[in-house]
Amino acid sequence: MKKQLCLLLAFVILTGLATACRPAAATPTPAGPRTLVLMSHDSFAVSEDVIAEFEEAHNAKVQFLPSGDAGAALNQAILSKENPLADVFFGVDNTFLSRALQAGIFEPYKPRGLENVPDELKLDPEYRLVPVDYGDVCLNYDKSYFEEKGLTPPQTLEDLTRPELKGLTVVENPATSSPGLCFLLATVGHFGESGDYTYLDFWRDMRANDVLVTEGWEDAYWGQSTWAGEGNRPIVVSYATSPAAEVYFSEGALEEPPTGNVLGDGACFRQIEFVGILKGTKNRDLAEAFIDFMLSEHFQEDIPLQMWVFPANEKAALPQVFLDFAEIPERPAVVSPEAIAKNREAWIEAWTEVVLR
Amino acid sequence: MNEWMNGRMMNDKHLLFAYSHIRTFTIRYSPLAIRLLPLVFLAVFFFYPLLAIFRLSLAPQGHLDLAAPAKLVSTTYYARTLWFTTWQATVSTLLTVILAMPGAYIFARYRFPGKSLLQALTTVPFVMPTIVVAAAFNALLGPRSHLNLALMALFGLQRPPINLQHTIWIILLAHVFYNYTVVLRIVGGFWANLNPRLEEAARLLGADSWRAFWQVTLPLLAPALVAAALLVFIFCFTSFGVVLILGGPRFATLEVEIYRQTVHLFNLPLAATLSLAQITLTLAMTSVYTRLQARTARPLQLRPQQTTQRWPTTWRDRALVGGNVVFMVVLLLTPLLALAERSLWTGRGYALTNYSELFVNRRGSVFFVPPVEAVRNSLAFAALTVGLAVVLGVIGAYLLADRKSRLSRWLDPIFMLPLGTSAVTLGFGYIIALDRPPLNLRTSPLLIPIAHTLVAFPFVVRTVLPVLRGIHPHLRESASVLGASPARVWREIDLPIVSRALLVGAVFAFTISMGEFGATSLIARPQMPTMPIAIYRFLGQPGALNYGQALAMSTLLMLVCAVGFLSIERFRYGEVGEF
Repeated sequence: MKKQLCLLLAFVILTGLATACRPAAATPTPAGPRTLVLMSHDSFAVSEDVIAEFEEAHNAKVQFLPSGDAGAALNQAILSKENPLADVFFGVDNTFLSRALQAGIFEPYKPRGLENVPDELKLDPEYRLVPVDYGDVCLNYDKSYFEEKGLTPPQTLEDLTRPELKGLTVVENPATSSPGLCFLLATVGHFGESGDYTYLDFWRDMRANDVLVTEGWEDAYWGQSTWAGEGNRPIVVSYATSPAAEVYFSEGALEEPPTGNVLGDGACFRQIEFVGILKGTKNRDLAEAFIDFMLSEHFQEDIPLQMWVFPANEKAALPQVFLDFAEIPERPAVVSPEAIAKNREAWIEAWTEVVLR
Repeated sequence: MNEWMNGRMMNDKHLLFAYSHIRTFTIRYSPLAIRLLPLVFLAVFFFYPLLAIFRLSLAPQGHLDLAAPAKLVSTTYYARTLWFTTWQATVSTLLTVILAMPGAYIFARYRFPGKSLLQALTTVPFVMPTIVVAAAFNALLGPRSHLNLALMALFGLQRPPINLQHTIWIILLAHVFYNYTVVLRIVGGFWANLNPRLEEAARLLGADSWRAFWQVTLPLLAPALVAAALLVFIFCFTSFGVVLILGGPRFATLEVEIYRQTVHLFNLPLAATLSLAQITLTLAMTSVYTRLQARTARPLQLRPQQTTQRWPTTWRDRALVGGNVVFMVVLLLTPLLALAERSLWTGRGYALTNYSELFVNRRGSVFFVPPVEAVRNSLAFAALTVGLAVVLGVIGAYLLADRKSRLSRWLDPIFMLPLGTSAVTLGFGYIIALDRPPLNLRTSPLLIPIAHTLVAFPFVVRTVLPVLRGIHPHLRESASVLGASPARVWREIDLPIVSRALLVGAVFAFTISMGEFGATSLIARPQMPTMPIAIYRFLGQPGALNYGQALAMSTLLMLVCAVGFLSIERFRYGEVGEF
């Protein structure tokens, strides 16, 4: 009876250890397949059969290392540059591009298949980071809300400051959220920093129009929107592909999206995601093969439904739900990675001053 | 009054021998290796990584760079952040203690049907991810909630009358929601073992019930009460998700600022300075607490629960018990029930679609997590955490309970430090410090229970220590005199008395591990997702099905935890388990 406690404790620890250690036991033997480690942010996703194809073709095992959000993952890669955690890093976007390149953690490699990627996505002339996908951060609005109220949905950024749209918009805090930062950049790109009406004038008007700021996308979309969450605001900063995802994840309940995009001039910001080989990898050849593979049509065609962004490779065919409902803004706002790196903190600081304090 | 009580306690014990020379079991007689275990653990998994990241941040070129600390005092922003952090934590703690004390009382002194189930359910909030709790609060109190709609209809209002979103009120409410259980369990558990005779005696001597409570019960409860309050305070002081998500962007604690500086701005020197400030403050607070604790601790007559608890018989008893049960159900359970209800909603009616979809890998994703696997991973990490935290916590509590040791005054604040340390700082410390054999643990799944143990082990120390200090030395001495070996004294005296508090500590260790997300998401982990991580994965993409599955997984998390708590509490140590 009295040994029960000790026995239970020992059992608990042992089973825990046994379970926790299992994957660690799968370290490769020299004769077995080699292991390629891919570090990424938590939003990375890919199909099993796509990865299996690469593993078979190269007698390799791909190990994934999702490491927090885009910023946290990149910072960990930078901190571990003396002794890298992985061979390949995926998920640097154009807002973090300069930080990643300045840290000097990537080795240049020009992969096969890059000729199928449009030039405007290639932002690093030295090919330390090559584009894999892109998506636009846009405002979504609730179609039925505007129908019921007899209001015209917004089409441009300027529309958002109309008095009849007072108290209807949610944006994410650019200091803590990646789509929030992208939307701030869209306003910087569209209105500019000087002239009669700067981006800060726009934000002053937004504040007067009772804009709501949330910490991140999840809270904005699930917490505040009228269509997906518990909230009462019909305009939310999200992605241009979100309306298509609403149809796809509706279990057949929706034939068309409940939401529309605000696609006017400069109303969206294009986020481009890059991949690179981490300096100091011991598997350079395998890493090169993997980046070639990421740009191949098989991998690229898998991207839309896994990550809800567009493939960088123009030859990749899009799934039906993307062809039907995913929209691409004709003229997204443009801000160069160098300008972002230089002014990120100042823009966020100025925005915080105008909108929050 | 106090002298009278102490005198009574002395006489109450049957054996009064000259006992000074007797070897009773104290921590001094255990092997050095065992005593050092908690210290070694902290040194390797806490201080070493922390120093590594501080060195890299503050002295990248080998000499100390003081530009960041200078920036800290150059603007008033950080002083204001610190002020807000402190006062919201103080108010949250006071509110939690005041609201949970009646609950602790009825759990300590009464028996009523469904008590253990209610106790298990009151702990479930502790494990819920903030983003899910935010959704639950929104469903209950948001602009489109039944409550607001009803009030609008009732009074003919144009706008929803209740609007707590992004206010200090929702921060305070959420802190009470999360931490109620800490006071309930730690104070309630301790209270249940206090001898009610003392209070009864005071009443007989003419004190009214308030006076008896203030002058007898409260001083006796002080060690547990202060311990619980300290834990709640540190939790609120380092609050992250609640302030960020529920409080909105106008509020920031130090912890939020550290995260922002580390992850978004990658300003490591400033982040490290803020982190150091937070750690220093935690250290200062726990030092004050240690002084206080040493003064309040006294040997007690601890009694088994079955002799201290009764069924409510008078209408006053019933009203007290009933009122508190209703309060707990409204405060703690309605948000959880709202979540469970939403998880069954499919947009067209109620069905189990969200649950059945959990088992289907519709898009063939590599990162698909079968629910069984998420449950198993979470349970495995939690089991390891409980094991590690209980072993280290008990040894730690013995080190602190040894009154003759000067060490304890220094050790106590140090044991609490991990609670006051930013997860992101420590996580980054792991990346740079644990990268070489024999400590090449950066990508090992073992790092997750280790990180959880750092948070869980102070909890075990805090729950066990008041009881351990309360064991009357005469009990051990009597046993020794009667010929028991030190090991036997420990088995027969200490263990039965401590076992109840130990179970409370184990429940918290389990809870911390099951609900932890921040550190887990930072520590690179190869495909061993826990339930909270699965929840966040679902919430990361738009679409009703993703939301439904996130809520379904959250409901599963609640169920698994409730079952876990119940089974830990069922565990009894032999016949004395009822203590």
